[in-house]
Amino acid sequence: MAKYMLIMRATDEAVAAYDETPFEQVIEAMGRYNESLIKAGVMVGGDGLAPEPGVVVDFSTTPPVVSDGPYGETKELFNGFWTLEVPTIEEAAEWAKRCPLGPGSKLEIRRITGPEDFPADNEWIQKEAEWRAQQG
Amino acid sequence: MARAAGLSDARRSVEAVWRIESARIVATLSRYTGDFDLAEDLAQEALGEALAAWPGSGVPENPGAWLVTVGKRRAIDAWRRRGREDERHAAIARELDARELDAREEEPWDPEAIDDDVLRLVFIACHPVLSREASIALTLRTVGGLTTEEIARALLLPVATVQQRIVRAKRTLAAAAIPFEAPSPDEYPARLSAVLNVLYLIFNEGHAASAGPEWMRPELGLEALRLARVLAGLVPREAEAHGLVALMAFSAARFPARVDAAGDPVLLADQDRARWDRSLVALGSAALARADATGRGRGPYALQAAIAECHDTAPSVEATDWARIVLLYEALGRLAPSPVVELNRAVAVSMAQGPASALRIVDGLAAALEGYPQLPGVRGELLSRLGRAEEARAEYERAARMTGNERERQVLEAKIRALGGRR
Repeated sequence: MAKYMLIMRATDEAVAAYDETPFEQVIEAMGRYNESLIKAGVMVGGDGLAPEPGVVVDFSTTPPVVSDGPYGETKELFNGFWTLEVPTIEEAAEWAKRCPLGPGSKLEIRRITGPEDFPADNEWIQKEAEWRAQQG
Repeated sequence: MARAAGLSDARRSVEAVWRIESARIVATLSRYTGDFDLAEDLAQEALGEALAAWPGSGVPENPGAWLVTVGKRRAIDAWRRRGREDERHAAIARELDARELDAREEEPWDPEAIDDDVLRLVFIACHPVLSREASIALTLRTVGGLTTEEIARALLLPVATVQQRIVRAKRTLAAAAIPFEAPSPDEYPARLSAVLNVLYLIFNEGHAASAGPEWMRPELGLEALRLARVLAGLVPREAEAHGLVALMAFSAARFPARVDAAGDPVLLADQDRARWDRSLVALGSAALARADATGRGRGPYALQAAIAECHDTAPSVEATDWARIVLLYEALGRLAPSPVVELNRAVAVSMAQGPASALRIVDGLAAALEGYPQLPGVRGELLSRLGRAEEARAEYERAARMTGNERERQVLEAKIRALGGRR
C-alpha cells in the first residue's frame, strides 16, 4: 500500500463552466464520489482550495517577491486534492477516472513519500519526524 | 498487494478495476441469481473476459457495468447448460436483450440496495459453517478483490492450497444451502462478531506471522484495515466495527518502525516513534471516537484500541500513561477474561508499579499459559529487571525453544547474549 495524492487542476474556462453548474448538482456529484472513496476504505483525506485569488511568492529574485496572481504562464489553477491509500498507482488512477470532473480539468496522481524514502540516519530527517510525532 | 514483475499496464488496470468493483459485482450477481457459489464463478469468468478484452479495446467507460453484464450473460449460459430456464432466468434474459454489451448505463447497481448486498456478501464469506481459514481466503477474494495468486502470496501458501480452500468453502456453503441473506436479528450479534473475528485474523496474519521467516507483511495488514473500514461503513451503528478499525489503524501506524534496515524486528520499547504513521494514528483516534459516539460503551476491540492509542500518542516508553493502560487492561479482562490479557496487564503493571508486582501476576498464569512462548518471554524480562540474570536466561531460552517465529527467536537470542556479561 502507498499513499497517493490526486491533485486537481482546472483551466479558467473549466472553472467558469463549473461556476455555471447548479451548486446542488456539483455538491451531490462530489458527495457521491467522496462517499464511494470512504465506503471502499481507501480515503485518507482531502480538501478544496477557496476560489478567491491568493498571492504568489516568487523566488526568481532575492529577496523573493510577493505578488497577487496571475500564476504565470500556466492557466491552470490548483484547486483541491484527495489523499488515497491504495496498493498501486493504477488503482489510484482508476479512482481518479471516476471523479465527476469535466473538460479542462485534470487530476495529477503522485505518490506521497514516507519515511522509507529518506535516509533514516539523517539528523534533520530524524528531527523533523520527531517534531511531527510531538505535534501530532 | 505487491505488484508482480512483468505484468502489462493493461493487466494492472484490469486488476485495479477488479479490486474496486469485485465485491459489488459478486454481491449483485448473487442477488440476481440467488446463488452465491454460481455468482462467484460468474464474476471470475467476467474478470477472465476483461483480461482478454481490455488490453486490446481499453477499459470501458463504465467497467463495473461491463463486468456485471458479462456476468449476467454467463449466468444465462450456465442455466441453459443445466436446463434450468425458470422465471428468474427469463427475467434477466429479457433485461439483457434490451441492452448492448458495452453497457453505458450510469449505475450498474442500485445505490440504495448495493450496501445491503455487499453486507450479505461479507456475512456469507464469514459464515460460521466455514472454517476460519476458509473464511479468510473467501473474504480476501470476494470482498477484497484479491486474485488467488495474491492471496497465496499474502498468506505464504501455495496457490493450489488457496484454490482448494476457496472451492471447498463454496461447496460447504452450497451443501448447507446458506441463503444470500443478512442474519436474523437474534443471530445478528454472533454473526457480526464472527465477521469482525475473520477480519482481525487477516490483520494478525499480516501483523505478526505465527510461523515462517517473515516477521510481518504490512500489505495484508493494511488490506484488513481497508476491509474493516468497508464494514464499518456498512454497519455504522455497530461500535465494535469502529473499534476494530481503530485497533488496526493504531497497530498499523507502527508498521514502518517494526523492522530495522536489516529486516530484524524492533520491539515497541525500541521503536523509532518518529517513523510511526501519523495519518493512521489520526484515523484510529477518529474511529475510536465514532465507536464511543454510538453510546454503547467500549467492547473488547475498542478497549484494545484505547490501549494502542495510549502507546501511539506517547512520546516515549517512559512518558506512556501506564497507569491508564493498567486500567484499560482491567476493563478488558472483566469483559473478555483471558490469561493473555492478564499477561499483558502484567507488563503494564511492571511499567506502572515495577517488576515485582508484575511477577506475582505472571506466576499465577503458569498453568493457564503453558506452551505460550510469550509467558517465559515476559517472565524473563521481569527477572532480568529484578537482577535475577540466571533465571532470566533460563526463561528466555525456554521462550526461544517454544516460538515458531524465526525473527522472534532472534530477538530472544539477542536478549540471552545481552545477559551474558552479567554472568
